Amino acid sequence: MRKVLLPSLIIVAALLLVIRIFYLQFVDDSFKLKSDNNAIKIKYDYPERGYIYDRNGKLLVANQASYDIMVIPRDVENMDTLEFCQLLDITKEDFLKRMAKAKIYSPRLPSVFLPQLNKSEFAAFQEKIRKFQGFYFQKRSLRDYEVDYGANVFGFITQVNEKLVAKNPYYNSGDLIGRQGVEESYEDILRGIKGVKYFQKDKYNREIGSYKEGRYDTIAVQGEDINLTIDSELQKYGEQLMINKRGGIVAIEPKTGEILALVTAPSYDPSILVGRQRSKNYTVLYHDSIAKPLYDRGLLAEYPPGSPFKILTGLVALQEGVINEHTTFMCHHGFSYARGRFMKCHGFGPHQLHNGIYNSCNTYFASAYMLTINKYAKPAYAVDVWSNHIKSFGLGQFMGYDLPTGKKGNIPDSKTYKKIYPNGGWRSTTIVSNAIGQGEVLMTPIQLANMMATVANEGYYYTPHIIKRIEGHKIDKKFTTKHVTTIDKKYYKPMISGLFDVYNLGTASSLRVEGIDICGKTGTAENFAKINGKREQLKDHSIFVAFAPKDNPKIAIAILVENGGFGATIAGPIASLMIEKFLRKKITRTDLETRILNTSLQGQYAKLGGLSDIIKLQLRVEDSIKNKKTAVPVPVIKVDTTQQN
Amino acid sequence: MKNQSIKNNLDWTCVIIYIALVIMGWLNIYSSSLSSMEGTSEKQLIFIVLTIPLIFIILSVDGKFYEKYASIIFGISLLSLAGLFVFGKTIAGQRCWYGFGSFTLQPSEFAKAATALALAKYLSDSQINLKEVNRQIQALAIVFLPVMLILPQPDPGSALIYSIFIIVLYREGLPSWYVWTGFITILLFVLTLVLQPQYVILIALLVLIIVHFKSRLGDRNLLLSSILFVLMSGFVLSVNYVFEHVFKQHHRDRFNILLGKSVDLKGIGYNTNQSEIAIGSGGWFGKGFLEGTQTKGGFVPEQHTDYIFTTVGEEWGFVGSLVVIGLFAGLFLRIIYLAERQKTKFSRVYGYCVAGILFIHFFVNIAMVVGIFPTIGVPLPFFSYGGSGLWGFTILLFIFIKMDANKVNEW
Repeated sequence: MRKVLLPSLIIVAALLLVIRIFYLQFVDDSFKLKSDNNAIKIKYDYPERGYIYDRNGKLLVANQASYDIMVIPRDVENMDTLEFCQLLDITKEDFLKRMAKAKIYSPRLPSVFLPQLNKSEFAAFQEKIRKFQGFYFQKRSLRDYEVDYGANVFGFITQVNEKLVAKNPYYNSGDLIGRQGVEESYEDILRGIKGVKYFQKDKYNREIGSYKEGRYDTIAVQGEDINLTIDSELQKYGEQLMINKRGGIVAIEPKTGEILALVTAPSYDPSILVGRQRSKNYTVLYHDSIAKPLYDRGLLAEYPPGSPFKILTGLVALQEGVINEHTTFMCHHGFSYARGRFMKCHGFGPHQLHNGIYNSCNTYFASAYMLTINKYAKPAYAVDVWSNHIKSFGLGQFMGYDLPTGKKGNIPDSKTYKKIYPNGGWRSTTIVSNAIGQGEVLMTPIQLANMMATVANEGYYYTPHIIKRIEGHKIDKKFTTKHVTTIDKKYYKPMISGLFDVYNLGTASSLRVEGIDICGKTGTAENFAKINGKREQLKDHSIFVAFAPKDNPKIAIAILVENGGFGATIAGPIASLMIEKFLRKKITRTDLETRILNTSLQGQYAKLGGLSDIIKLQLRVEDSIKNKKTAVPVPVIKVDTTQQN
Repeated sequence: MKNQSIKNNLDWTCVIIYIALVIMGWLNIYSSSLSSMEGTSEKQLIFIVLTIPLIFIILSVDGKFYEKYASIIFGISLLSLAGLFVFGKTIAGQRCWYGFGSFTLQPSEFAKAATALALAKYLSDSQINLKEVNRQIQALAIVFLPVMLILPQPDPGSALIYSIFIIVLYREGLPSWYVWTGFITILLFVLTLVLQPQYVILIALLVLIIVHFKSRLGDRNLLLSSILFVLMSGFVLSVNYVFEHVFKQHHRDRFNILLGKSVDLKGIGYNTNQSEIAIGSGGWFGKGFLEGTQTKGGFVPEQHTDYIFTTVGEEWGFVGSLVVIGLFAGLFLRIIYLAERQKTKFSRVYGYCVAGILFIHFFVNIAMVVGIFPTIGVPLPFFSYGGSGLWGFTILLFIFIKMDANKVNEW
């Protein structure tokens, strides 16, 4: 017994240790991960984002170097704080605050002392940087906007949010990502692929060489350059015309579906979302809930389109054979479509399709619509037939264009009415306001533009898109797939001729441009707002749709000006000017141009309680159009510009 | 001719295991000090090389020398320990070293061998019977003298080592209740820390009642059991008191970390956590020599000394750890085997002491590194960096190898 004790202890102890080691190495598998977290430092090599060009190869968005001043608090030694602050243009208090923040984060690890300095801000400091021990800089690449317009088209770059970090393994906290516009929709192409380098680090988080001789490292892949379908001149002009107004312009090349211009107003200079003031400026833009400068009205403003919808009402009636070119309806400043129900109209006398269109006769189209619905015994069936025709123009649905936001609009069908009238009992008279683009019909400016492009093409369209070319890639096949409408080609001719005479005999006769045959249609959309708790009718939204030239159309366009009044007062002139600008590159209707540039609807908008966008517009005008290209313009916002968060 | 006979009589198993362990130890020191501690592995290499003449000296000294001069060696050793209070050099709060320029010597590393010799010498007297209380006190006094000098340095790790002599004395006839007392003390101590003291007392009572009725003994034993119960309860309560009021916070923390009662991975728990990470990330075959990320990054504090086994676990994996533990266990069992076949009581006791001392270092050290023993400064024999330690263990082992080789000549 006495001889056995020590050997037994030895064997038991050895077994105990082996079991414990086995447990650590195989049963509890958390240690491998902990060890990696401990010892491996991942460094990313961010490639430059691809450049963005317009359809003619004009450079719109490039990159600029930006410099983050970094600090390792422990290494900072007897420095001349005063000189340092002067070089970087910060106050002593600011210096101390930033220093304290860095120290709290870690005295040993680098933290960003001052982010995103541009070249000129950095130049003076760079010469003296060796005088300041513990400070160094880190170069980064930021967007450099070559133009002061197109903010809604481009979108902007921001830090990726944590939700996406959790969802998408590509992104790490703090990475940059494109948001809105093409920066978002072509993020994968523009950003390239970041390179990864693994470093072995020690307990102080210092690098002590590459991990496994770089076996797992990858090389960064440069982002691809892209060409947009945007015509930069047209885009710029559209934004100028929309100054002091709210609304959207969408111009499309009918033959291809390429978006020539996508304007929203108010907008902002894209470069205010770069650099030291970025987050402050973004906050201003973001919190403006009334002017909504970050809201792309060209894609999102969903309204009953009004008169332009009559084009479709007419085409469907023709296709369904309930009218022909010569069918005549009498208008007595309107007509009584049911007992006690009267629809007003400004027209008078007999109307056929031709003058029905150019006079925008409510009576004519309401009658044609009722015939269409009454063609079939069951209104539910009839409205579905009608709805399918309309939907073949790409309406009532997301169109599938390559921009990240959109609205479906609404084209009612039998289901819609089943919901509204669960007990049935509805018929053509109930839903007659659809005929004139009111009632349940909703459309966005881009849908209106696409409708005009389809009419211009006499029955087909290509999904609108903003991408023209990607270096080394093909563009999505859906943008080269023809969509044909359910309306026969022959019915478009009389409609186009009526639209042409809108400019000669009709509602837009004052908007003619000599030498260009424009086909167009005015529209107005009623709208209401709650002001001080009361529902008030505001001035109508001014709408205009057009395409030109009549033969071989090159541009189809839709314009929405919020609270602009009648279609021909503001939206119409803008359409004419845009078309002339695009087709002729210069303006002959300078009278129109001067009038529109000087028109301000800010008085109207002030009623809504938003002075904020005046500031915003100032910011645009002062900042971007006049003095461009001091890398980061200091915006004229009444907020403190010395701090940044 | 004499050398020739020694060579033939050397126990090569021990020698080869020793050489293997020293080489492995050095490789791990090399790896763990490569990135951050320049010169460490070179210094250790010098210490290793210097063991060669040391071994030759030990082997060439006459076998009777150690028995003859055991008392003197012990005396010198005690003096060297006592001298620390006057001439000692304080490093990290511990006054354990003599400094000679940049070179330091830790006398407690040599005191273990001296104590073993002294104890062996004392017990080798055939008149000594450990059943006698006087003898017991004398034998324990030999053990406690150096402990008394080491504890106040303070070096609780080295002091702890001396507890193994109880096992040696038990082998030589010390009544078994010493061992039982030791065992039950440890058990109660751990239980008290894990459970509430009242539960431990309850358990003790139940066990005593069961033992009492199972053994069907009379009233005398009832009295004994009652006394035992009172003693145990008193101990449990005092452990609780000592833990809460006498221990310093860092001592409490060490136990709490071990028991999982406290998790402070940046502070007091850092060592153990990093050490477990290093070993736990090793896997079957480890990350490979010089490839350990924990080792290269210097995450484990004191890795080249007390935590050297983490390098084995991380870079050599489970298989490497198994080999090292196997070699150690093999060495200890071999020494015990050799000790048992010694002709003289002196060399048998000494051999037992060698096995015991090496074993308790081995167990306490690795148990601490793998997180089943509180943090305490005990080196891993032949592995941990340090000249004093390496020489101390070498002397300890080779004196025995010399005795073993000598047994033929003696007859």
